[in-house]
Amino acid sequence: MLITVTINGKKYSDDITPDLVLLDYLRQKGCYSVKRGCETSNCGLCTVHLDGKPILSCSYLAARADGHAVTTLEGLQEEAAEFGAFLADQGGEQCGFCSPGFIMNVLAMVRELKNPTEAEIQEYLSGNLCRCTGYQSQLRAVKNYLAHKQEVQP
Amino acid sequence: MSFVNAPIRKKDAMSLVTGKPVYTGDMIPQNALVVKLLRSPHANADIESINTAAAMKVPGVCCILTWEDVPDARFTTAGQTYPEPSPYDRLILDRHLRCSGDPVAIVAAENEAAADKALRLIKVQYHVMEPLLDFTKALDNPILVHPEENFHALCPVGADNKRNLCSTDCFTVGDVEQVLDSCDVVVERTFNTKANSQAMMETFRTFSYIDEYGRLTVVSSTQVPFHARRILSNALQIPKSKIRVVKPRIGGGFGAKQSVVSEIFPAIVTLKTGRAASIIYTREESMTNGSPRHQMQMKVRVGANRDGVIRAIDLYALSNAGAYGDHGPTTIGLVGHKSLSLYGGLEAARFACDVVYTNTMGGGAYRGYGATQGIFAVESAVSEMAAKLNMDPCVIREKNMVAQGQTMPTYYNEPCNSCTLDKCMAKAKEMMDWDNKYPRRVLENGHIRSVGVAMAMQGSGISGVDIGSVEIRLNDEGFYTLLLGCTDMGTGCDTILSQMAADCLDCDLDRIAVRGVDTDFSPYDTGSYASSTTYVTGMAVVKTCQVLREKIRKAGASMLQVPEESAEFDGKRVFVPGTEKEISLEKIGYASYEGHNRCLSASESHSSPISPPPFMVGMAEIDLDPETGKVEVVDYVGAVDCGTVINTNLARVQTEGGIVQGIGMALYEDVQYSHSGKMENRSFLQYKIPSRLDVGKIRIEFESSYEPTGPFGAKSIGELVINTPAPAIMNALYNATGCFFDSLPVRSEDIFFAMEEKK
Repeated sequence: MLITVTINGKKYSDDITPDLVLLDYLRQKGCYSVKRGCETSNCGLCTVHLDGKPILSCSYLAARADGHAVTTLEGLQEEAAEFGAFLADQGGEQCGFCSPGFIMNVLAMVRELKNPTEAEIQEYLSGNLCRCTGYQSQLRAVKNYLAHKQEVQP
Repeated sequence: MSFVNAPIRKKDAMSLVTGKPVYTGDMIPQNALVVKLLRSPHANADIESINTAAAMKVPGVCCILTWEDVPDARFTTAGQTYPEPSPYDRLILDRHLRCSGDPVAIVAAENEAAADKALRLIKVQYHVMEPLLDFTKALDNPILVHPEENFHALCPVGADNKRNLCSTDCFTVGDVEQVLDSCDVVVERTFNTKANSQAMMETFRTFSYIDEYGRLTVVSSTQVPFHARRILSNALQIPKSKIRVVKPRIGGGFGAKQSVVSEIFPAIVTLKTGRAASIIYTREESMTNGSPRHQMQMKVRVGANRDGVIRAIDLYALSNAGAYGDHGPTTIGLVGHKSLSLYGGLEAARFACDVVYTNTMGGGAYRGYGATQGIFAVESAVSEMAAKLNMDPCVIREKNMVAQGQTMPTYYNEPCNSCTLDKCMAKAKEMMDWDNKYPRRVLENGHIRSVGVAMAMQGSGISGVDIGSVEIRLNDEGFYTLLLGCTDMGTGCDTILSQMAADCLDCDLDRIAVRGVDTDFSPYDTGSYASSTTYVTGMAVVKTCQVLREKIRKAGASMLQVPEESAEFDGKRVFVPGTEKEISLEKIGYASYEGHNRCLSASESHSSPISPPPFMVGMAEIDLDPETGKVEVVDYVGAVDCGTVINTNLARVQTEGGIVQGIGMALYEDVQYSHSGKMENRSFLQYKIPSRLDVGKIRIEFESSYEPTGPFGAKSIGELVINTPAPAIMNALYNATGCFFDSLPVRSEDIFFAMEEKK
């Protein structure tokens, strides 16, 4: 079947099989930041934005993205580096395999929530598993990043 | 200038946080075959016949291999120094299937859909036999997991496949029975721990191809590239000289990738077809046929006097190797050595153990490597002893803990050169406000808040076995290349070792270009396991820098035409003090690229005769709802002695991450089997690892000793930190409920029913 999807601002038209999931389609398109960590929609590694909202690309058919705009970390390099620097300054990326999905969700959170509390942050990001860090350094990074954003654009 | 003991950003951090394609799965060649495995539905069966004719007809299927197509030479997939203590008990594909999910056939196809279709069309007739699943009944059971004649062990570990015995051992210090008989109080309890999945976010994965020289190149997410080369050679029966192993970034390992789990399958396809081939384990495969922590049962007897002086500990451990003996004989040793040695004044100690085969998934290396299980048992028994003596569990530890300057008879008679366990205890008590919180209080909502404590130790590399080697080259412009053989798996060793090199060479961190690991150009290193990179490879960095500094100083002196002994090197220039004579490192670098016979590079190795233990004290504060048994760890403090902290950020994150894994092990993580031997919790839906909502506060402080044999006074950190949560949480649960919990994981229902029973 033919689909037309905008990926990171560029339009693609492709003939795909109906069972192709968005995750595999995006990797075929060279978006290697999108990772698979499970088969059960539990880990959050494959998080991308569909029309600006975070979704799990492992459990979203590429066909459903027809006519929509998908953004991966490849399309948000500046924001990724900006928040990523806070994460790196905590050593909170560790193996880095969960970082892209986690960062996609952090960036979605920042757009969606104004001045989130710690509980709201943890709730919003709870779908992003990480086995290395125990989450503490990630939380410190998010808080420092939010404080920085406040300073820059209060 | 000092980069050591600073919160330095990882050198690869920005590429990771911007999602660059730096992992094995991101680099698979476009034309690589997709490799998949047909796995056994039975835990114990022989293949009677296997028919691949229909599967071979699927368009796109390139190759199907069965037991008849692989070498008949047994090997181990355990990544250990040769000769490996793990028995040679595997074939790539075996006619005898020893656990559910054992590979039956290897399928390689042009795409995933074709491979999947072929898997469904392979017809296998199995002779299904009764599986041996209960490891407490394995020894001398009539069901033999390894009846084969060509089973063999390279080391005298006591393996006897006709008894289901993978290994056996015993050591004693003093007369345990006699001392226990004369103790005022003896605590005796049996503890059980389950298998745990490492659950690293990147599952096992490998691709392979034949390179331009006709050699097999294997790119893999592995902690042990050099061991992997040897294991591939053993498995495929081709010379090591024909194999190259490359390690890109690794998405976590925690020991799982200290076994060669996925490497052999694409490699044999590449050898048979000449084509590039790749395999990516699903999460399910990683869970059902990975290399998990060994399930164990431990019987502990602790004897003490009424004043709380612990006099003797007797420990027997039974370990479930599962179907294959990877790391079986060695993990078990740590159960004893790294638990008993926490107590410095023992008059007698005994550790005996058996490791047995069953028809469950073969075990492997998981952070802590047996120490985790042993410390859970011994620390829990010591806390029970404190309870029996009406003593604060911190006080009994303060009375008995190992101290700097002692010799540790239960730790290979090694000296305790560096230890601030006493300071760790004091710091942890202060952080937790222990004296006010112990043992418990009841909140207005009826919940019980209680605290618990445990101590832990680990090692720093394997004494006299592990080798770290590095090479450092001076280049034009005066920058350095640091070649490493150890494997950064997210831990940050590429950065940590660069920090050390920068300090040793008095240069900026950016002047060090670091690279690992490619077995064709990296210097030999045993790999990243046994908490060895900082301590062992770190010393190789220190030694290499010393040699290179001397070479640079002499080269500079020669260029200045002054006597060698008059010249000094300060990192930027070689100069003669008190004179105008100097030449910059930049110029020496350029000169070293021009017609002469002194290449300015150095490569040194390091192996340590001792394995200095890092120590820590962990304290848990829990919130227990007595109506449901639901427990939450609301606060966890860790006071850590890892010697000098090389990177304060990374050591902290290691500690926080290890503690959370330990909390998972204590409260949720539980590999379970059905009656027929099928591993049941095979996804993150069923095998629960902690999410960020499951974790309360975690607070870490370092109480650094100085280890004289370590680089900059450092010891290890990576494994130590998983060892305190289980015993500390069990102690907190006792302080909340008065019930002793001895089997992990402890779930809400276990707590609820234990409290009901006590009523």
